[in-house]
Amino acid sequence: MTKNVFAHETTLYENKFPVEGGNFDKAGQVSSQIKAILKRMKLSSEIIRRVALVSYESEINIVSYARKGHIHIQVKPDYVLIEAIDEGDGIPDLELAMQQGWSTASQRIREMGFGAGMGLCNIKNFSDFFRISSDVGKGTQLKMVIKIDKIFDGI
Amino acid sequence: MTLREVKDILDAEVLVGQEQMDKDVKTAFGADLMSDVLAFAKAGSLLLTGLTNPQVVRTSDVLDIAAIILVRGKKPSPETLTLAEELKIPIMTTKFILFETAGRLYQRGIVGCMERVDEERVRT
Repeated sequence: MTKNVFAHETTLYENKFPVEGGNFDKAGQVSSQIKAILKRMKLSSEIIRRVALVSYESEINIVSYARKGHIHIQVKPDYVLIEAIDEGDGIPDLELAMQQGWSTASQRIREMGFGAGMGLCNIKNFSDFFRISSDVGKGTQLKMVIKIDKIFDGI
Repeated sequence: MTLREVKDILDAEVLVGQEQMDKDVKTAFGADLMSDVLAFAKAGSLLLTGLTNPQVVRTSDVLDIAAIILVRGKKPSPETLTLAEELKIPIMTTKFILFETAGRLYQRGIVGCMERVDEERVRT
């Protein structure tokens, strides 16, 4: 087991936001909320933008493909942890799902401007650490870390 | 360039954010695919798009987009307008097509938030 070197650090903020599957009208609400909270905590705009982006794409995925799920966020002095956990059909082939352009999106999702097979790639590209796991018939789990660079972020 | 100048150049109608017309913009990004907007658009840019659903406003909020320019005369749904008012993101609509909208702004000094996608990923 790898040791979590940051484990001793104080948690500055932590919360779990439920996300409703299939409710396209609300898609993105959680990410807007998270963004507002991080803004109040005075994190740098670069970190806030990346956290909001990663959380938003994850939220769109839960709304689009799962029955329900939640986004867990934890802010530590050195990093922000975002987890997106859902209860849904899961992903049978993760390697395929991670390929840019591959998608099983419905027309509805495409009309919203998503479903072009870029979501997971965007999430991976904008995270410093990214892990995906899935159980077919049960759900999918995403774990992302965005590091806070104190030298450049001035916090 | 201020949003007021953008409005004049595009002969646009301001639907949300009349009070933000003094805001300054230098860059823009145009796409109908929100995942591309998320990947490439820069904070403080204009977003030129033909999509009118609330996700356009959410995406703009996530990225701190300065204003949404709806092209081809598109009118947003009431939900989109309500959300834009709530999140204080200006929306205007122009009858120009995407190509003309981009061209007219470019001619007057607005540049793309990146030139090519193989530049280093924009993260700020």
